[in-house]
Amino acid sequence: MSKYLVNLKINNIPVSVEEGTSILEAAKKLNFSIPTLCNHPDLTVAGNCRVCVVEVKGAKLLAAACATPVSEGMDVSTNSQKVRTSRKHIIELLLAEHNSDCTKCFKNGHCELQDLSSEYRVGDHVFLDLVKPKDKIQDISSPSIVKDDSKCIRCQRCVRTCTELQSVSALAVINKGDQQKISTFLSKSLHDVVCTNCGQCINRCPTGALTEHNYIEEVWNALYNPNKFVVVQTAPAVRVALAEDLGFEPGMRVTGKLVSVLKKIGFNKVLDTNFTADLTIIEEGTELLKRLKKALVDKDENVALPMMTSCSPGWIKFQEHLFPSLLNNLSTCKSPQQMFGALAKTYYADKINVKAQDMVVVSIMPCTAKKFEAGRPEMRDSGYQDVDYVLTTRELAMMVKQAGIDFHKLEDEQYDSILGESTGAAVIFGATGGVMEAALRTVYEIVTGREVPFTNLNIIPVRGMEGVKEATIKIKNVKPEWSFLEGVNLNVAVAHGLVNAKLLMEKVKSGEANYHFIEIMGCPGGCLGGGGQPIPTSPEIRKKRAEAIYAEDASMTLRKSHENPEVTEIYKEFLGEANSHKAHDLLHTHYKVRKRY
Amino acid sequence: MEKKVKKVDIIFETALDTSPLDVLDKTLQRSADDIILELIDSGLKGRGGAGFPTGLKWKFTKNEDSDTKYVICNADEGEPGTFKDREILDRVPEKVFTGMTICGYVIGAREGYIYLRGEYNFLLKTLNAKLDIFNKALKDRNIDFQIFVKSGSGAYVCGEESALFESMQGFRGEPRNKPPYPTVAGYNFKPTVINNVETLVYVAMICRIGAEKFKALGTTDSRGSKVFSVSGDTPIPGIYELELGMPLSRFVDEFGDGDAKAVQVGGASGHCVPRKLFADTIIGFEGIPTGGSMMLFNSSRSMYNVLKDYLEFFTEESCGQCTPCRVGCQQLLKGIEAVKRGERPPAYLDEMKKLTGTMRIAAKCGLGQSVGNPFNTIIDNFREEIIY
Ligand SMILES: Cc1cc2nc3c(=O)[nH]c(=O)nc-3n(C[C@H](O)[C@H](O)[C@H](O)COP(=O)(O)O)c2cc1C
Ligand code: SF4
Repeated sequence: MSKYLVNLKINNIPVSVEEGTSILEAAKKLNFSIPTLCNHPDLTVAGNCRVCVVEVKGAKLLAAACATPVSEGMDVSTNSQKVRTSRKHIIELLLAEHNSDCTKCFKNGHCELQDLSSEYRVGDHVFLDLVKPKDKIQDISSPSIVKDDSKCIRCQRCVRTCTELQSVSALAVINKGDQQKISTFLSKSLHDVVCTNCGQCINRCPTGALTEHNYIEEVWNALYNPNKFVVVQTAPAVRVALAEDLGFEPGMRVTGKLVSVLKKIGFNKVLDTNFTADLTIIEEGTELLKRLKKALVDKDENVALPMMTSCSPGWIKFQEHLFPSLLNNLSTCKSPQQMFGALAKTYYADKINVKAQDMVVVSIMPCTAKKFEAGRPEMRDSGYQDVDYVLTTRELAMMVKQAGIDFHKLEDEQYDSILGESTGAAVIFGATGGVMEAALRTVYEIVTGREVPFTNLNIIPVRGMEGVKEATIKIKNVKPEWSFLEGVNLNVAVAHGLVNAKLLMEKVKSGEANYHFIEIMGCPGGCLGGGGQPIPTSPEIRKKRAEAIYAEDASMTLRKSHENPEVTEIYKEFLGEANSHKAHDLLHTHYKVRKRY
Repeated sequence: MEKKVKKVDIIFETALDTSPLDVLDKTLQRSADDIILELIDSGLKGRGGAGFPTGLKWKFTKNEDSDTKYVICNADEGEPGTFKDREILDRVPEKVFTGMTICGYVIGAREGYIYLRGEYNFLLKTLNAKLDIFNKALKDRNIDFQIFVKSGSGAYVCGEESALFESMQGFRGEPRNKPPYPTVAGYNFKPTVINNVETLVYVAMICRIGAEKFKALGTTDSRGSKVFSVSGDTPIPGIYELELGMPLSRFVDEFGDGDAKAVQVGGASGHCVPRKLFADTIIGFEGIPTGGSMMLFNSSRSMYNVLKDYLEFFTEESCGQCTPCRVGCQQLLKGIEAVKRGERPPAYLDEMKKLTGTMRIAAKCGLGQSVGNPFNTIIDNFREEIIY
């Protein structure tokens, strides 16, 4: 059914928009911006903050522009006296409830409420302060997320994020009236509930109520400590997003500048998580082939298929809480971050003659769940905590500013070697479908000796922002040792955002799905939309980051993980073969059943 | 002009010769459009507070194209000082069921629900027993309509229609954005008629006695009669069915204790009328409408305490989702306390009156929108009592 056009006037200017369009969207078409707080492009409409109220001629009530559809003949004023008075009142009311210690707030300068207050110049403190002293006690129990109720403006963006995008519902609205607040189950600390640490709520919190647990000072202290050798690894998705926090438009690739700035900040070695992403493909690809062999040749009924990727720690914790019966389906491979940590403090430390105890491994991640992952007791295979500190892309941007470095003027530099080489297959780990694509590029070639049958190696069916993607690849003309795969249709699926993961898991659990391999990323868009990435986020911004990721892949000479020379080298020198005993000791892990409540 | 209030006996009247089922049988012989026309002609407006013309509401819902529609009877009765719906459900539940069934017939719904205030759960057992009999009678007549009771969650805001739907659907009782209105997307987002208990009984009675008799009562803007819950400083508290459109003075003559200084018309969210305005205040849609609550205050009452009680009520009962109401109510409450203690100047009351102006037009639902009613009328008429 085609939608018909509705004619209306906004601030006396006629406009025609499709039926169902909100006043907010219609005004945007005319370049009138209406302030919003509870509204977010990724979420359903709430219409609860009321900052976006506008006047509709003839109506007794103001209309929330975000929640009110246009209607024929509407005459809207976005800045009438009534509107301004109400809007100012509303901002002042929010401030009365808000702990306005802005100068000390982690979000200082990045706060939507602060921006609005300065736009509307609310300075005269009309209303009485309502901040509850007990709300000022922050919940710092989680290694990933800090919750500060005294900063909360009840827009419920976090609640909608946790429910609509992630289907976790760790955050919910409790109580009513003056006691209404955003809380966890039974008001337990964030660390003790089903929270996956994905940080998507942080990405959508307009104020400082939800922020990452930051480790900036710890990292500076390590850098200042002359007895420490500090190495840093950077995740694939950081290089296509960092620039946004430093004054560039979304979609800018700054890999060389990223390396350069980390060196200037003082890291002893600047290395790449992409290296271990390539390594992950070898380990995980081999694991998949072994599972397939067990299932198809040995007819082993206990082998868990479909196998599922394990790079995304938010997804891992989700699975541990919600689908514990499927834990065996998870690849035992550690995430690239943790493979890196384990190798840095063993193989690499030996090579460069640094004692593991003197080495500090820092990761720059698009992710807050990585902070939790680094602290998991399973992640100490080097004999020490393999990764010491995890910083988000945002925290790194703060360090860049603190260091007084003009990012724009930096020359590109190269990652240090070893543990710095990578392929295009690694960089696409940053986008949903990327791990799948990288794995297929390698696995298909191992099995058949030929490249995957897609133009320029671009496996388009697993790319893009659809919530669940499926593909089938027919394996033909295999090498003799893989004869059991001859003619097999390899069924794969990709999901991103935990709400989609849940859909897929329910299908797997019911037996409705017959996939061999599933990639899941906890965050919408994959790591490029991670909870540690620059704020704001939106479908458009994530699309631009994804384009940058694939452009980076296309620009590389090596685009298949198994062609990474450093990977070949590390197997020859240290690990032996893929899934070897040593590889298992350092690069693989196990999972833990966790309760839902 | 009559001097006394006119007492009426429609709602609770139990005629021996016509049972509610007789009314139903007779009414369902008529076409849906015919019934709607009669309701529109009767001038019946909703008795839940908002006063929307019932016939129109039904017509809009009937005109919606949907396989599934619902009839909801709003028995949340949370407005302080109102207790008439409880009485109706206790004494003449079959009339309510009949009104609902007529509605189901008119709009094309197969299910009706009574959303019963949590505190009225003591009524559940008898209500369900009577419903079983009634539902069976409907089945016996091949009428494709069944009525169920849903127990409320105990929050005042759940009486607001869209919050009520949310609550019935198992979510937090938070009002929705409007539009869409219930006639288009109500319970389960299907076209829904939601009516107050009393409204539904009047429907059944209009179908019995005819619009003409109903119209003969009341005024042009306020047709018919209405059930009032009379409380406060009165020697004769209770439930009375009275003709609409009377001046408040006549009401006070009848129910006051001779010393009334103010009447709160319409419950906590209604208007406070001081003695000097009794004679000029009409109880009805042309004057001050009311869901039925009439609270009388004599000179022994502190209007500061009255207002504070109301504000405490709203501060607690706001669902808390929208800024003007959640924070506004707290500001009004803390504000009058601050003025009382001398921490803010009396002029601060005027700042707060401006704030109620914002609440009235910017809050998401009727709760936040109407807090200004008691606030402004009490401040305007009893300012000294608030300050000193
Ligand atoms: C905060 C709030 C509480 C309400 N509580 C009730 C109630 O308890 N009973 C009721 O019938 N209507 C209540 N209403 C009005 C309903 O939203 C709705 O207008 C009414 O049920 C429609 O029925 P009527 O047309 O028969 O009056 C309330 C409205 C608000 C804003
Ligand atoms: S006005 Fe009050 S009760 Fe209504 S939606 Fe807003 S906060 Fe909730």
